[in-house]
Amino acid sequence: MRGILTLLGYFTIVILVGILYLLLSNTLKAFVNIPFSSFFNFHWNPSAHGEASYGILQLLWSSVLVTVVAMVIAIPLGIGVAVFLSEVAPEKLRSIIKPIVEILAGVPSVTIGFIGIVLIGPFIAETFGLSNGFNALNGAVLLAFMSLPTIVSVSEDALRSVPKSFREASYALGANKWLTILKVILPAAGSGIIAACILGFGRAIGETMTVLMVTGNATAMPDSLFDPVRTLTATIAIELGEVPFDTPHYYALFVLGLLLFIISLLINFLSEWVASKFRYKI
Amino acid sequence: MGQDSLVSVGVTGGGSGAGIASLINNKTDVANSSRMITDEEIQMAKERGVDPYTIVFAQDVLAIIVNEHNGVDALTLEQLGKIYSGEIKNWNEVGGADQEILLYGRQSSSGTYIYFRENIVKNEYDRSMIGMSGTAQIVQAIRSDQAGIGYVSAGYLDENVKNGLKVMHVSKDEASEAYSPLDKENVISGNYPITRPLFQYTNGKPDGKLLEFILYQFSPEGESIIESNGFYPIDAKAITDKLTSDE
Repeated sequence: MRGILTLLGYFTIVILVGILYLLLSNTLKAFVNIPFSSFFNFHWNPSAHGEASYGILQLLWSSVLVTVVAMVIAIPLGIGVAVFLSEVAPEKLRSIIKPIVEILAGVPSVTIGFIGIVLIGPFIAETFGLSNGFNALNGAVLLAFMSLPTIVSVSEDALRSVPKSFREASYALGANKWLTILKVILPAAGSGIIAACILGFGRAIGETMTVLMVTGNATAMPDSLFDPVRTLTATIAIELGEVPFDTPHYYALFVLGLLLFIISLLINFLSEWVASKFRYKI
Repeated sequence: MGQDSLVSVGVTGGGSGAGIASLINNKTDVANSSRMITDEEIQMAKERGVDPYTIVFAQDVLAIIVNEHNGVDALTLEQLGKIYSGEIKNWNEVGGADQEILLYGRQSSSGTYIYFRENIVKNEYDRSMIGMSGTAQIVQAIRSDQAGIGYVSAGYLDENVKNGLKVMHVSKDEASEAYSPLDKENVISGNYPITRPLFQYTNGKPDGKLLEFILYQFSPEGESIIESNGFYPIDAKAITDKLTSDE
C-alpha cells in the first residue's frame, strides 16, 4: 500500500517533467525557425496575409491587464468575505455561505463565459455607453468571480488558524472586535492571505475559455479597459486546433505555453515562499 | 436517380484536406472540398494512377450584416475591403452616420476568416477586429451593436435570425448595381459578388452510378437539399452538359 502511494506521488513529478520537456523541446524548435528578437514586438499575426509576425508583448500585456484588474476587484471582496466568515458570521450562516462560495469554483468556465456574453457584457456596454461588451473589463469581472473561491477559502483558513490566545490578549488590552480584526488577526494571518491572493492571481491568468468568449480577441494594443484584448491562453486555444503541424506557427504556440508555465510556476513558488517566510510576525 | 434508388452513400468528415487525401490514395469515389486542389496534389494523385476531375456542385455565400438601425444599405467590394483593413474607419465615409465602425470577424482558425481576407480584404485585417468563435456569435453581437459590421454565411440567415439585422447589398464596383444575397436569383446569376465555389473531385470523369449521384445533386430535389444545409445551388446547365457529353 505504502509503495503504491509513493509511486503515485512520483507519478505527478513524472507528468510535470514530461510537460516541461514537451514545452522546452518544441520551444527550441520555434527559436530555430524564428529569430528570438521577433517575439519582442507588439504584433501577433502568424497566419498573415503578408509576412507573419510573432510578437508576444500585446498578448502578455492583455493577460496581465485582465488578471491585475480582476485581482483589484477580487482581493478586497475575497478578504472581506473571508473575514466575515471567520470572525463575524454566526456558525449557521457560515455553514451556508462557505459551501456556496466553494460551488462557485465548480461552475464550468464556459458557463461563466456565457454569463459574460449575455449579462455582464450588455451591462458594461450600457453603463459606460459603449456599443458592445467585448472588452478587457468584462473578462476581468468574470475572472474576479472565478478566483474568488480560491482567495476566500485560503484566506479563511489562514484567519482561522490564528491562535485564540491572540484574540484574547487583544480583548484583554481593551481592544474592541474591529480593532482586533484590523490590528491583530489580519496581520497575524497576513502571509496566508497574501498567499491566497497570489494563488487567485495564478487561477485567473491561466483561465482560458471565459476570456476567449468575452474579451473580443482583437490583436490591437488596448488603450483602455474598454478595448478588446487577446490573452496568451485564448491565443493558444484559438490557434492550436487548426495550425498546420511542424510549422513555425505551431512551435510559436509552444513559446506562449512555456511562458504561461513559467508564470504559474513562479506564482506557486512565490506563494509557498510568502506563506512560509512571514508566519506570525506582527 | 431519386430517393428510392438503391445506392447507399457513406460520408466521412474531416476538413477540406481529408477528402482530397483520400482521393489521392484512391480510397473514395467523391472528395468534397471548399478549396481548389493544388498542383502538388494533382501531381501526387497522378503518380498513384488517379486523375482528379473537378466539379463545382454548390456555392457558399457570405452575407455582410449590420445592425438594423444602420443607415448604410449598400457597399462596394472595394469599400468592404477598406473597412476590414482599417482604411475606412467611420460609417460617414460610406454614407452613414458619424460613428466609428466596429469590425466583427471570425477567429484565425476559421476557413471563412482566411477566405474573406484573401478574396475581399486582400490585405491584413485591421487589428481592432473582434474575433468571434462562430456565426451565431457574430449575429448576436451585431444585433445589439449599432456600430458593428460582420460577415456570416448567408444560408444561416433565415427569417428568425434576420431579426434586428440588415443584410448589406454588395456591388462588384462603383459602376455596377448592388445586390442582396438573400434573393437566390442574385446569387445563381453571379450578380452577388461574395461567393465561393464548393468542389467535388472524382477519379476521372464520373460515369455509371457515380454520374447519376452527381446529376442528382443538380436536380430540384438535390438543390433543395443543398439549400436546406445553408448553401446555394449553382447555375448547373454548363456543368451537367459537360458531364453528360461524350468527350
